[in-house]
Amino acid sequence: MAIFSVYVVNKAGGLIYQLDHYAPRSDTEKTFSFPLDLVLRPRDERVVVAFGQRDGIRVGHAVLAINGAEVNGRLTADGKDLSPEVGSSGIEMLETDTFKLHCFQTLTGIKFVVLADPRQAGIDALLRKIYEIYSDFALKNPFYSLEMPIRCELFDQNLKLALEVAEKAGPFGPGS
Amino acid sequence: MSRPPGRKQDSHKISRELFVLTYGALVAQLCKDYEKDEDVNSCLDKMGYGIGIRLIDDFLAHSDVKRCRSYSETADMIAQVAFKMYLGVTPSVNCSSAAGNEFSLILDKNPLVDFVEELPVERASLCYCNLLCGVIRGALEMVHLAAEVTFLQDRLKGDAVTEIGITFLRRAEDKKAKKK
Repeated sequence: MAIFSVYVVNKAGGLIYQLDHYAPRSDTEKTFSFPLDLVLRPRDERVVVAFGQRDGIRVGHAVLAINGAEVNGRLTADGKDLSPEVGSSGIEMLETDTFKLHCFQTLTGIKFVVLADPRQAGIDALLRKIYEIYSDFALKNPFYSLEMPIRCELFDQNLKLALEVAEKAGPFGPGS
Repeated sequence: MSRPPGRKQDSHKISRELFVLTYGALVAQLCKDYEKDEDVNSCLDKMGYGIGIRLIDDFLAHSDVKRCRSYSETADMIAQVAFKMYLGVTPSVNCSSAAGNEFSLILDKNPLVDFVEELPVERASLCYCNLLCGVIRGALEMVHLAAEVTFLQDRLKGDAVTEIGITFLRRAEDKKAKKK
């Protein structure tokens, strides 16, 4: 749910690997009048339905927005402005209200880019893990040529496994 | 980073003897294939280069080190972290030039030659461990450091110690020329 895509870019800037990992999210919109039949409770920085299932809204569903204003379980929303810095060595993170783009550049010039849900934590650890998986299953495959598109089955499998681990850990991140 | 450097213990280990025997078999076969020592040496160097360009990412991914800020730091990193991680030995580092771009690694113990006494007479100029030179050269090239790596001394040839020399070469682009 929370990690949307993974891209690997080689030294020359060419895309050598792409994985799209969307999962269907079910959204329900409903109009309520005061008083609400649902019992809501804050949990994990989200506001979650605790009691009062009806019409496709089940216990555990999180409130995404009220009248169009996004709900994030806190009194004030994070407003991170994109401010370009002088002398930066490359993009590390780009945040929008629908996704966060994380980029990790290795000393050898390979870039790993992950698009994830803004609330997903542990992406730094995930990027390091993807680097390990790349160094194991792509580079140690003697038939894989460097800088070429990665077509290694083992790389795919292990990457998907790592994404699942990261997603399951949710907002707390893996291995904490 | 809270995770300590070094990889987790794998459930299966490969025996060191098998590794040393494999390397020995490789050199022996190359000696059968090529008559001249120079050809064997250059073949070992090329193979090592192919290993080095892949090994560097494994090293960086598993050791979690930061970018080195000088040639001297790089030489120390190779000796104290990389050699330790892959061969289990820690050579000592000497800086052998005033300019600060020539270094040598002195190996007390070299696992690759554990079972080799001395070179045969007809192979007097064979660099038995030349693969290591290629590995270091390939690895450095992938982090944009051009270097020449050779054996300066070799115990197998009768020298007192085994010494690998690393000479860092100037990068192709000269920043001063760019400004002009």
